[in-house]
Amino acid sequence: MIHFDNISKRYPGGHDALSRINLRLAKGQMAFLTGHSGAGKSTLLKLIAMIERPTRGHIFLDGVNLNNISNQKIPYIRRNIGIIFQNHHLLYDRPVFDNVAMPLIIQGYRHQEIRKRVRAALNQVGLLKKEKTAPITLSGGEQQRVGIARAIVHKPLLLLADEPTGNLDPELSLEIMQLFARFNQVGTTVLIASHDLDLIKQMGSPMISLQGGQISHNGLPFTL
Amino acid sequence: MRHRPPGKTRFSAYFGNHLRVSMTSLSRLYAQPIASLMTALVIAIALALPVGLYIALDNVGQLSSDWDGSTQISLFLHTHVEERTAQKLMQRLEKHKNIKKIELIGKEKGLEQFREISGFGDALKYLNSNPLPIVLVVHPQFNNNQPDRTSHLVKELGKNKLVELAQLDVQWVKRLYTFLEIANRVILGLSTMLAIAVLLIIGNTIRLDIQNRREEIEVSKLIGASDAFIRRPFLYTGIWYGAMGGALAWIITQISLLFMANPIHKLALLYHSDFRLSGLGVENTLLLILFSCLLGLVGSWIAVSRHLKEIEPS
Repeated sequence: MIHFDNISKRYPGGHDALSRINLRLAKGQMAFLTGHSGAGKSTLLKLIAMIERPTRGHIFLDGVNLNNISNQKIPYIRRNIGIIFQNHHLLYDRPVFDNVAMPLIIQGYRHQEIRKRVRAALNQVGLLKKEKTAPITLSGGEQQRVGIARAIVHKPLLLLADEPTGNLDPELSLEIMQLFARFNQVGTTVLIASHDLDLIKQMGSPMISLQGGQISHNGLPFTL
Repeated sequence: MRHRPPGKTRFSAYFGNHLRVSMTSLSRLYAQPIASLMTALVIAIALALPVGLYIALDNVGQLSSDWDGSTQISLFLHTHVEERTAQKLMQRLEKHKNIKKIELIGKEKGLEQFREISGFGDALKYLNSNPLPIVLVVHPQFNNNQPDRTSHLVKELGKNKLVELAQLDVQWVKRLYTFLEIANRVILGLSTMLAIAVLLIIGNTIRLDIQNRREEIEVSKLIGASDAFIRRPFLYTGIWYGAMGGALAWIITQISLLFMANPIHKLALLYHSDFRLSGLGVENTLLLILFSCLLGLVGSWIAVSRHLKEIEPS
């Protein structure tokens, strides 16, 4: 699903965020990305989501070389990815339903279809009753779940999460992680950046450790 | 690796999306009625000024074409010419291809008119004989403003040996038309400048709108919204501003016309004219609103193409 071929990323100013990363994440795999802050976790996810472009090397996403994707085509790549952020990036000027519906509206789904899918997504994160609520009135954990519902509502092939439990207490964090595991069980590839080692160990999925922009440990099963 | 909804759904969803986006943009404006109204009013005033001037010019043009439509050439015959000779001349000239109609004002009738209009009636009593010549009032065939053809006809008629003087104040008509042309250009220049002002107003309003919705734009880009999708609500906002500005400009113009109509009609009556101010008309009103919508679209397009690129997720 994801293939990093000798990827380096140098930010303007000379800071090397990633250097010579080689990585293969198989379809349907769930994995964790760990490391101290500044190790390059976020940069790695941003390269996949095409928020940043690599300085060197090639990234293949489901066989597509992202270097060949023009800026105009980036939206169509992103439609196959669900992204979850630490600060969930919800829009507070509209209710939960409208937040979750955004990816479907963008992709031009029909009204009835949107209604059906948003309900299904909210049901999966256990927030069906909150569809008309303003996100600001929800708790941190609930807001994160709305963010997850928005990321999975269009059934993406790949789910990326950047510190999704950063602001949550251990119990809620585990709940969120179990939610990701459930999506993984139905075939979605999941890559989660987190520094919460205890939580990761509880989950039992393979772990990739980054240190100073390089892979220090790769627990992924070998794939071609 | 793209999964999309099926084609037909996509097509109807596209137009559904346009409709929904335009309505959402409108309701956003409605959510801040005072601010929106003020912006629309600024646009309206900028539009109403050239529109008002255009109406004024149009009315003057109509008024003057009324006069020119009744352009008359007065043929003053020699005083010794008898009424019967004049009749024959009239009958002959009526066949002329450039002449529509001729009126004959005999010596007696001329004297009567002179007495009425000039106020020298009493003085006329002291004259032994009627000093006035017979006058043929010639109405030329041309309807449009054709000062050159008219003056050519005057020259031709003046050559007739019964005619002492053929008179038409062509100079006056020419001056008026030159003046109208200058006024036309001034209004065109002014309109251009004000149109640019409207573009800037809308552009600036949209720029602020983009800044206020920065977060929404970022999130939309992250979840795969195309540039066109993100652009759309702002373009519709621009169009709505244009439409409201145009409609308000029309209202301002109509109110000004109502305000002016009475005194102008009174003035016209003093000149024995039935002249009335004419307004914009349906066609020009639609044109005004269409044009202001277009200004809104272009203004927002400029703002959007400049500022949307600056917002990228990080």
